Amino acid sequence: MATDTRVILICSGKGGVGKTTLTANLGISLARQGLTTAVLDADFGLRNLDLLLGLENRIVYTAQEVLEEECRLDQALVKHKQESNLSLLPAGNPRMLDWLKPDDMKRIVDMLKEHFNYVLIDCPAGVEDGFKNAMSASQEAIVVTNPEVSAVRDADRVIGLLNTNAIKPVQLVLNRVRPKMMANQEMLSIDDVTDILALPLLGLVLEDEQVIVSTNRGEPLTLNSVNSPAAKCYLNIAKRLQGENIPLIDPAEESSGLGAKFRRLMQTKIF
Amino acid sequence: MAMTLRDIINKLLRRQPASASTARERLQLVLAHDRSDLSTELLDQMRREILEVVAKYVEIDVDEGAVSLETEDRMTALVANLPIKRTMTGQIKLKEHKDQSEENSQETEGKDQNY
Ligand SMILES: Nc1ncnc2c1ncn2[C@@H]1O[C@H](COP(=O)(O)OP(=O)(O)OP(=O)(O)O)[C@@H](O)[C@H]1O
Ligand SMILES: [Mg+2]
Repeated sequence: MATDTRVILICSGKGGVGKTTLTANLGISLARQGLTTAVLDADFGLRNLDLLLGLENRIVYTAQEVLEEECRLDQALVKHKQESNLSLLPAGNPRMLDWLKPDDMKRIVDMLKEHFNYVLIDCPAGVEDGFKNAMSASQEAIVVTNPEVSAVRDADRVIGLLNTNAIKPVQLVLNRVRPKMMANQEMLSIDDVTDILALPLLGLVLEDEQVIVSTNRGEPLTLNSVNSPAAKCYLNIAKRLQGENIPLIDPAEESSGLGAKFRRLMQTKIF
Repeated sequence: MAMTLRDIINKLLRRQPASASTARERLQLVLAHDRSDLSTELLDQMRREILEVVAKYVEIDVDEGAVSLETEDRMTALVANLPIKRTMTGQIKLKEHKDQSEENSQETEGKDQNY
């Protein structure tokens, strides 16, 4: 039985910014560090976490049957094949949305807390009931965003709601960073986003084609492709969650050579 | 507001600024409104009323007066920039004092809006 379980909401406001990918990769990374981790798919409308983890064919029961007391928690949990410290609690039928209440979410999370060091909740997009139910069961949060105006604006909405609900700490993950575009100042910089949202940066994740390849296979990058750029970012985020002091990747360093030197010069702040 | 070497070169060459700085400015504006939940109509009404109050004391240039929301570090401030008309000798044009006791409590921040 685990004490001091950390229950972390992974949310964003805007859809498609990388919540589920982050949840899957953090789950693998934490499990690999020897931490028992449960990932809870709270996106009941459009569940995907099972697919990203390659566990879709092994689901027997879901959170729904657990809540309806048709099965025990351990019967619904799907253990990952390679990382036995990681378990998925699948989302139930989309009709769950009609009756699910914040208290139901709390009940599920309380059960998970008895068995795991970490509970990661993969949140649905939006700021409606699905998000609010998931938030009510969480202690801390990671807000995922992209360096784009619409994603940052929606993240701001979510941060406002997290603050009013006393969720803390709230940390930021900036996903799909393109170093070259940032260097050319054709993409919001890391400082722009952290200044505007006024959140501590837990980490950034580089744009990486391998993310798609890994999704195709149902094997998160951190499982088998640990040397890909995005995988390194996810591993660093997991270590920082554990309190390790890992310096941030400097996107400017990611592009090298004379062109990069020139771009860095152009980025120098004058005023 | 931070300016980079590229911003300055673009300015000198009268080129469009790199899109990141446009994104930054647009976001700051839209977030100031999102965070305050104030509609443009309400803000406009407030602007008119603030101007009315201030105009009781000093002569201001009503057309130039601007009241806006600015946001930094998740703190939103109401910033009023109200140019006061001057007399020929350079003094501020005061209005004759009427019932000043009530209006004194109005909070407007006469901060300069230039960056
Ligand atoms: N760092 C990255 N580099 C490249 N592609 C990425 C990256 N992160 C996410 N993606 C892609 O973006 C898409 C959305 O990712 P994901 O499903 O994790 O987002 P989400 O926030 O969970 O979406 P939803 O709001 O629909 O639940 C996927 O196709 C994924 O492969
Ligand atoms: Mg998702």
